[in-house]
Amino acid sequence: MITLQEMMDKLKYYNGEPVQFMEVCGTHTNSIFKHGIPGMLSKNIKLISGPGCPVCVTSGNYIDRAAEISMKENTVLYTFGDMIKVPGYNTSLSAAKAKGGRVEIMYSPFDVLNLAIANPSTTFVIAAVGFETTTPIYALLLDKMIKNDIHNIHFLTALKTIVPALEWICGSNPNIDGFIGPGHVSAILGYDIYKKACSKCSIPMAVAGFEAEEIIAAIYDLLIQSERKTSDVHNLYASVVTSKGNPKAISITDKYFQAESASWRGLGSIEGSGLFLRNEYSEYDEDSRSIGVDEKQDQGCLCGEVIIGKVTPDECPWFANECTPSTPHGPCMVSIEGTCGIWFRNGAKKICK
Amino acid sequence: MVQKRSEKNMQISLAHGSGGNATRELINEIFQKHFSNEILNQMEDSAVLTVPTGKIAFTTDSFVVQPLFFKGGDIGKLAVCGTVNDLLMQGAVPKYLPAGFILEEGLLLDDLNKIVISMKEAATQANVQIVTGDTKVVEGHGGIYINTSGLGFIEDSVYISSKSVKPGDAVIVSGNLGNHHACILSHRMKIENNIYSDCAPLTDMVRNLIAGGIKIRSMRDITRGGLATVLNEIADSCGHHINLIDTQIPVDREVQAFSDILGLDPLYMGNEGKFTVIVDGSDADRAIEILRKSKYGANAVIVGTVESCQSNGETNGESNDEINQTSGETNQAPGGINQASGGINQAPGGINQASGGTNQAPGVTLTTKLGGKRIIDILYGEGLPRIC
Repeated sequence: MITLQEMMDKLKYYNGEPVQFMEVCGTHTNSIFKHGIPGMLSKNIKLISGPGCPVCVTSGNYIDRAAEISMKENTVLYTFGDMIKVPGYNTSLSAAKAKGGRVEIMYSPFDVLNLAIANPSTTFVIAAVGFETTTPIYALLLDKMIKNDIHNIHFLTALKTIVPALEWICGSNPNIDGFIGPGHVSAILGYDIYKKACSKCSIPMAVAGFEAEEIIAAIYDLLIQSERKTSDVHNLYASVVTSKGNPKAISITDKYFQAESASWRGLGSIEGSGLFLRNEYSEYDEDSRSIGVDEKQDQGCLCGEVIIGKVTPDECPWFANECTPSTPHGPCMVSIEGTCGIWFRNGAKKICK
Repeated sequence: MVQKRSEKNMQISLAHGSGGNATRELINEIFQKHFSNEILNQMEDSAVLTVPTGKIAFTTDSFVVQPLFFKGGDIGKLAVCGTVNDLLMQGAVPKYLPAGFILEEGLLLDDLNKIVISMKEAATQANVQIVTGDTKVVEGHGGIYINTSGLGFIEDSVYISSKSVKPGDAVIVSGNLGNHHACILSHRMKIENNIYSDCAPLTDMVRNLIAGGIKIRSMRDITRGGLATVLNEIADSCGHHINLIDTQIPVDREVQAFSDILGLDPLYMGNEGKFTVIVDGSDADRAIEILRKSKYGANAVIVGTVESCQSNGETNGESNDEINQTSGETNQAPGGINQASGGINQAPGGINQASGGTNQAPGVTLTTKLGGKRIIDILYGEGLPRIC
């Protein structure tokens, strides 16, 4: 049995081949900084952040469309708070709100249900953004709407799935030596689902919780796996994550949504990486498929490179200069889970000119 | 008479702001009735005060909180405590407050009455008098906004300034962080819990520290922006570094759980009855003893220390070069440029690598449970609840 101290010592004094591990999930990025973990690692172990911030990967066209919808008569757009400030290509939800658009923050999609019942002549459009953790909630809401004959809630979806994105990343950034598997998403999906991708890419994964000890254990596991050249999926979050995940959440998601190609901001289209409402429920869909792939790219913003770990935020010339949480140019600076914002809030601006 | 006519749903109307009869009734039956004191009762255009010679502290603050009533307080209590606490932080003895009210049409007289009574109670507790006031009525939806100013006297022997903070000083907080912020947010989000605002006058704690002869360098109430923001301001002002110990930061379990769920950090959350005081290191234990015996100070604790900015031991040449190139000043100079912390530059791309003994530039760090170090910057943005 190895002790925590022994693991910490190994990570601190490791002087083998330089390795890079990617934490897939934005909540991990936050915890890693919160616990001061980068300072506890040898300089040969580098942590890079992945694509697991749903706000960051939502396309600019989607935001413009959502802003447009908020200006329509008898329509209210409901969104999670951290979408509000994200710049689209033409506008943002906060700018739309300032111009008279009806944009409201929801804390749970279910907040909207009673409002919809009380105001039958208003259309409530939910900006449905998120990964597999959030999608079952939209599915449950839709389930309840159908059972209660409620038709004035629509979904403008930009829902993502993580496994196709991981496979895509393996293909575009060959310098990843391990994944810290997302704790929350894995609670829904289970950990078996990663096995195929990890073995195909020859990259090990350790699914981890969010406490300092759990993250240390995951990094240790990946280091040992990379030394031994294995690419297994290890579940270090057994209190929450099982091999098959949460079958109820998976089946209700599957009942209402189907996988199709989706547009990722800064990355382009990734096959099978989005979830859209099935055709039989199209009356509840706010024409989400018509948003399509982003034609435009963020000029100069390196968010797309940051979320696949190709560059660190401070390598972007805008970082901490013209792009700050108060004046964000790209989504990675806005969201609480966004890598650039996390770096900035944790003092990285201080090393920039 | 307002009170006698006051059914449950009597409301403020524009007539109450006309300056005529309705205004007079409002003043007599609510404001003067509850705030009554010798100075106010003169009912002249201004209050006439007798003040001692020496220094006075003078401050103002406006209160616009929603909801008006929350667990542990209301906008009235807040309006008195907030201003009283600002005076106390300069070491002043708070004495007199004017109060300005902007009432929106539709405000329930009953609610106004409750708010004024709670102002009176807070004033009594803080030993201050509300000596003059003003009321205006505007169109609206039943809201109320209150401005209070404050006048306090500073004894000649008292000198409190962030610039006097020195290495070796102890950083103390008077109690658990984040309660007011979490309480208000819970109300707004309609989340049921038992989190109460900590809104309270800090009078007893501060006066006892001063009476106890504690060598106080700096005091700040921990309001918007939280402890992190306040300590960064102190660090910038004194030009030294502050290091906190994660396991010492006092937070209620329920507030911690609430914050974790919403992705908030108690270090950045506002309070209305907590302050941080930096005292000479040799007085730290005695200060804690005094605070814990004082009203609202039972959970007071030392959370960190002030450290020199000079590198001690593992000097990091790279970072010093950068500091010298950029600023041409010594490491100890206050200001933002020197905030490049020794540790941060150690690894390419590896921020937050500040570790162990190397020190540092003016700023705030936190030693985490497992010995990692985290940079604690000021609050950016508004702390929106996160998506997952």
